[in-house]
Amino acid sequence: MHELSIAANLVELASQHAAEHGGARVAAITLRIGSLSSVHADALRFSFDLVREGTPLEEAELRIVAVPVTVWCDACQTERELPGIQRFACPVCDAPTADIRAGRELDLESIELAEAALP
Amino acid sequence: MSDAQPIETRSTQPGGNQTPRILEVRTKILKKNDEIARAMRAEFAAAGVVVVNLVSSPGTGKTAFLKETLTRLVERRIQVAAVVGDLETDYDAQRLAASGAPVRQIMTHGLCHLEADMVQAHLEGWDLAALRYLFIENVGNLVCPTSWDLGESLRVALLSVTEGEDKPLKYPGLFNTADVAVITKIDLAEACDFDRDLLRANIEAVRPGIPVFETSVKTGTGIDQWMTHLFSRRGRQVR
Repeated sequence: MHELSIAANLVELASQHAAEHGGARVAAITLRIGSLSSVHADALRFSFDLVREGTPLEEAELRIVAVPVTVWCDACQTERELPGIQRFACPVCDAPTADIRAGRELDLESIELAEAALP
Repeated sequence: MSDAQPIETRSTQPGGNQTPRILEVRTKILKKNDEIARAMRAEFAAAGVVVVNLVSSPGTGKTAFLKETLTRLVERRIQVAAVVGDLETDYDAQRLAASGAPVRQIMTHGLCHLEADMVQAHLEGWDLAALRYLFIENVGNLVCPTSWDLGESLRVALLSVTEGEDKPLKYPGLFNTADVAVITKIDLAEACDFDRDLLRANIEAVRPGIPVFETSVKTGTGIDQWMTHLFSRRGRQVR
């Protein structure tokens, strides 16, 4: 359950950003979670609910964008999206590849503040 | 991903200050850990120490494998130290200390992985520049340590022949981030109908090109090859 640590980091990070922008409440946050990140979305949601109490994220909606793995295929000279994470080979020409271009993301993409700070 | 200043966008709805604001932050969630790890990596590189992070399930034999590695390094008078993470007890540190190398126990009290600041705190007082190798034995877990960079130069994924040949496919996240795979308890291969070719094919499928060592601490199989690989990994500083 390392998702609990990740959720704690997430709430701290998002709260900091909210504070820097006038301490507004957070309406929603969007994450990008790669399929190679070893993070389970449901476990993260569960953990998020536990750690956000009493923070500006208390009522925030958690949006998770799943990012599939994209590799570079040297044989095809192009990026290819993999159908799963059990086999790191080009889905078209079958050449093995360890050159990963996307899929490890564990990113806070954006924060939607509930109200704007006073000018 | 760069930690650029957030771009603020305002929705086009009317209402002035009452409209929601979107902050495009594009930041790694584990930014704090990554920053500490980055600083540690720079410090390790400057000190010329090779840092090895050992990750496996509980019971794979990380501690036995590390103890053998430490013992061989100490015998050659190569300066080495280790930190070992466990939920509770300092049993592993005691076992490893028998090698003669300085060892510190990190007790996580329930946390399923090591984080960079825990390792950093346990290095205090050690002269890194005097070390050639520093080993970090992670908490026994094949999932959680994956996301936490500890500033290591080498991540070693271990698995024993008793764990099943499909393990790399079940835990691709870890095997894919590893630099080296070590198969332990190879002396038990026959007793558990171990399919060597299948395991090697599965490791290769999730991490093409990774060096694999088949080892047994009990019989000494493969340890020389592992040590040779370790010696090929040098810290950046020329001494």
